Amino acid sequence: MGLRSPLGRARGLGSAKEGGINHWWAERMTAIALVPLTLWFIASAVYMVGADHATFTGWVGAHGNPVLLILLTIALYHHGQLGLQAVIEDYIHNEAINVTSLVLVKLGAFFCAVYTIFSIVRLTFGG
Amino acid sequence: MSSDNRPLSPHLQVYRPQITSMLSILHRLTGIGLMAGALLFTYWISSATYGPEAFAQAQALLGSWLGRLVLLGFAFSLFYHMGNGIRHLAWDAGWGYEMQTLKVSGLIVIFFSGAMTILTFLAGYAVRGGW
Repeated sequence: MGLRSPLGRARGLGSAKEGGINHWWAERMTAIALVPLTLWFIASAVYMVGADHATFTGWVGAHGNPVLLILLTIALYHHGQLGLQAVIEDYIHNEAINVTSLVLVKLGAFFCAVYTIFSIVRLTFGG
Repeated sequence: MSSDNRPLSPHLQVYRPQITSMLSILHRLTGIGLMAGALLFTYWISSATYGPEAFAQAQALLGSWLGRLVLLGFAFSLFYHMGNGIRHLAWDAGWGYEMQTLKVSGLIVIFFSGAMTILTFLAGYAVRGGW
């Protein structure tokens, strides 16, 4: 205890624990990716106003669309769960609720991302 | 030092509302809202895997008055969070910390998100072919 430097003792005690830099960096990488991906998605989604099933599935599976949709899904849910993590760490002070919310957000985001990607693949290849 | 006595983050309610702090709070609020929007995105895509009826139902729900109202909030949140996110990236690069620049960039983001939301909805109504 007495031999550890003040920095050594303080490290890892912040709300971010050990992964602060990775969190910061991943949040920004996904943010940059989301700018063109969401702009493309909004432009496409507007075209799908009132579209029927055949038109929609045709769009999902056309050309590079499934790739962009999958990239969007990954960046969106990754960025979203990182953001919610920061909010939970800042505002939920009760340890049990804090950890429970983090687990639910992380697993929930992962589930939704996989489910969305599966749906995109299924619509692309039919059936 | 007891953990109860550690210095805390500034309490939000003791400060006079300023454009900088309000926009910062709005960034978080829109971020939380956009996660609900992400679920809507998943619902929309996945509904099509259940067949034409399920997709038509999803389209009708999103096209209803309530659905359009939610999408309006979703669109604004998205453009705001995107614009302010780019502002954040500029700060990360060390640019834009002067008080005057902060105010101007904040106003630009508000104007951008409002204009883009209106533009998106006008485009949507044009595709729809009426109100």
